[in-house]
Amino acid sequence: MRSLNVWQALTRSGYLRSGWPWRAAGYLLSSAPVGIVVLLAIVLAAAVGSALAVVLVGLPLLALLALSGLPVAAVERRRLRLVDRRPAPTPHRVPDEPGLMAWVRTRFREQETWRELGYTLAFATVLWPLDLLVFVMALVVPVGLVATPVLMATVGDGEEAPVLKMWTATSWPEAFAVAVAGLLLFAVSAYAIGAVAVGRAELTRLLIAPVETDLGEKVTELVRSRVRLVDAFEAERRRIERDLHDGAQQRIVALTMALGLARLDAPPGPLADQLAKAHDEAGKALAELRELIQGIHPKVLADFGVGAAVADAADRSVVPVDVSVDLPCRLPEAVEAAAYFVVCEALANVAKHSGAARAEVTGRHADGWLVFEVRDDGCGGADVQRGSGLTGLADRVSVLDGRLTLSSPAGGPTLLRVEIPCEPTERSV
Amino acid sequence: MRADRALRVVLAEDSVLLREGLIGLLGRFGHEVVAAVGDAEALMAAAAEHTPDIVVTDVRMPPDFKDEGLHAAVRLREAQPSLSVLVLSQYVQRSYASELLDSGDGTGVGYLLKDRVGQVEEFQSALLEVAGGGTVVDPEVVRQLLRRRRDPLERLTAREREVLALVAEGKSNTAIARQLVVSEAAVGKHIGNILMKLDLPQADETHRRVLAVLAYLRA
Repeated sequence: MRSLNVWQALTRSGYLRSGWPWRAAGYLLSSAPVGIVVLLAIVLAAAVGSALAVVLVGLPLLALLALSGLPVAAVERRRLRLVDRRPAPTPHRVPDEPGLMAWVRTRFREQETWRELGYTLAFATVLWPLDLLVFVMALVVPVGLVATPVLMATVGDGEEAPVLKMWTATSWPEAFAVAVAGLLLFAVSAYAIGAVAVGRAELTRLLIAPVETDLGEKVTELVRSRVRLVDAFEAERRRIERDLHDGAQQRIVALTMALGLARLDAPPGPLADQLAKAHDEAGKALAELRELIQGIHPKVLADFGVGAAVADAADRSVVPVDVSVDLPCRLPEAVEAAAYFVVCEALANVAKHSGAARAEVTGRHADGWLVFEVRDDGCGGADVQRGSGLTGLADRVSVLDGRLTLSSPAGGPTLLRVEIPCEPTERSV
Repeated sequence: MRADRALRVVLAEDSVLLREGLIGLLGRFGHEVVAAVGDAEALMAAAAEHTPDIVVTDVRMPPDFKDEGLHAAVRLREAQPSLSVLVLSQYVQRSYASELLDSGDGTGVGYLLKDRVGQVEEFQSALLEVAGGGTVVDPEVVRQLLRRRRDPLERLTAREREVLALVAEGKSNTAIARQLVVSEAAVGKHIGNILMKLDLPQADETHRRVLAVLAYLRA
């Protein structure tokens, strides 16, 4: 089984025989040249930019400096492949519009840009020297030990050899024993380098690669949150309806009553005419408020279910509507509301655009699906995309895993069909 | 409008504001509010205790603010079909109206929009009509039903539908004649045609009129 990265290789046997120690060493070592180039570039750009800032030319250069994290991070994500086969794609968004300005705007607004800049500064000043130090320390000690016999043969004339400048080997057996220890230390170093490389790679991934999540989990959570939103939306509609009913509507009814009584007692004359006018206006306000409340959350929907609510909506339609709804059971609230608003919107469209002489609404619940169909004999050519309220309703239906289909050839007839999967609930009809 | 008579009223309305307003309004017309309550339970109790001439109730009341008032009215009518009930609703909903009109034999019931109480004289005449055993349905509800134009009403002419609408509002032939500016005989002829077209059984005139209205509401 192939290891994906150094971390997995470290925990398995055969690490020393594999290429991973070399890759880890290469990763740490290659930090230095990249780091030095980045450091020089930053210092140079900052110096030139600051110097020229006086004459304004330097300002774009300083702005570019802020974006310097982008190329560095791209190189760093590439270098990650040395020690980690897992993909590290770019975390940046694709700009919404083409063009350089849009790109710059997008990048400047992204959190990732600033994280990359932070990483770049850390990399140029601290990280690459550390990488180099670890690499050197891990190599110098074993190399020094292994080299003891060689030193003995060359510099020490077979008499003595310095071991890491700390003590002196004074005999061949001693020198060779030290060399063997050195070889063993190589193995230890290989593990140490591997471990440090893992740490460095994880740090890099954390700062400049997109955070990996389980996509499936994310989607489920998204769907759940959408459903929660729809429910919250419904609850909010109910609350608004309730508040209007308990507040404004009652007050205006009381007002019309008071005005009505005042009219009874007013002697004929200009005052009575004024009262009559005020009374009529209050009555109109009340009628309008009633329509408004009806549109927000029809009471009949909660009390009698979607069948009755649809029949009432058909009553209010300007175009004559035949209704045949066969729903012996109540369905979940969100489902009933979605189906009801779709039918309402469809009937409104029939009245507004179709020129139909009559329409027909059928509804039934079978095999775990609630199906409503709205037909009209109008001119057809209806389009869900064309700014009708159906687009929003399609979203609402899709949250419930339902479907909204529209067939409207030019010349008609138009058929709108909404299907939502659901099971009957215990509520009484 | 018939001669004023003082009615003993049991009133159920949860909004204090409207309850007080209605008490004032009923008092203004000389009626006596023997009990004014704020929920359906109390309404049942008060109706049993006071045996009023008429019960006036809101549809929507505590605890759930659904249709408790309407259900209480229907239950009262089932227990005592002769009890007159006038229901005030915030909504034009056929479902509510039908449920109420199906209780008893459809006489002595009224379903009015709450807006209508502001038209104080209309409210007063509806009250007397219902207390006298008539059937009153709010013009707005009737207007909606007229848009349906479904069988059997489809067979009616526009004029006949207009007449039936007025019948449904509980108006007498005389009142209809006055409103449409035609002779009373013409109204009688229209009503005869309507009854024939709706295949209503030959029975006494009043009852058939009520049935015609019900035919509307159940269409």
